[in-house]
Amino acid sequence: MELLSELIFYCFVVLTIGSAVVVVFHPRVMYSAFALLFTFFGVGVLYLYLAADFLAASQLLIYVGGILILIIFGVFLTSSIMSLEILQETHQRFIALIPIALGGIVLLSVILSTPWTTTATTEAVPTTKLLGRLLLTRYLVPFELASLLLLAALVGAMRLARYFRTEE
Amino acid sequence: MHNLTVYLLISAALFLLGLLAIMTRKNAVSVLMGIELMLNSAGLNFVAFSRFSSGNLNGQVAALFIVIIAAAEAAVALAIFLNLYRLKATSDVDKADLLQG
Repeated sequence: MELLSELIFYCFVVLTIGSAVVVVFHPRVMYSAFALLFTFFGVGVLYLYLAADFLAASQLLIYVGGILILIIFGVFLTSSIMSLEILQETHQRFIALIPIALGGIVLLSVILSTPWTTTATTEAVPTTKLLGRLLLTRYLVPFELASLLLLAALVGAMRLARYFRTEE
Repeated sequence: MHNLTVYLLISAALFLLGLLAIMTRKNAVSVLMGIELMLNSAGLNFVAFSRFSSGNLNGQVAALFIVIIAAAEAAVALAIFLNLYRLKATSDVDKADLLQG
């Protein structure tokens, strides 16, 4: 049972990283967008392995159901070609490898050399109730600010995306 | 069971891939995809630390706020891309130089 769970975990790790690689390197935008779906899904499953059930559900609902649809709309609305073959160029691929390599070395050495203090993991319990309690007590102000931010983004996006005539 | 380091390595890989997308892609929507990858990796880090080294749910609340901010950011970014496409008929980020004077 333990072995099976471990096996499934590594399958989803490979799915997440592999589809992220497709997102970064595929020459067609639509393929990148659909690969991003699998990355979001994989991260959602990793949240489940981390005993974050509410977060996994909201990851699926908001990212896969919301943000990804928005991105696909964005791809279609900003290209004149009505096909799946919307190509995208990449540039500076070799210059970009230098900061990536440096950042990778720094991150890897930090992750592997730091003695992380870990506490014993507790039994996974449903987190929805606990999260709701935290959001309405300790995190009440950020929670309300977030709703204000979403309202501002809603109005701002409508104002920006509205068709406006030029003055002449 | 797998430990904290595994999750940190996964999230480092996602972060670097997102950074690579931002630096190499020309299409604005692909750059946005890179940003979403980086936000996801940050959220994964928060939840991993919340699980393995804090014993409380504060990290999960932080990850929840990341999801909220990512949604707002995606909506505004796509509105800006639409406007860019209307003004310059392109979604190439290098051509967005209207403020250059």
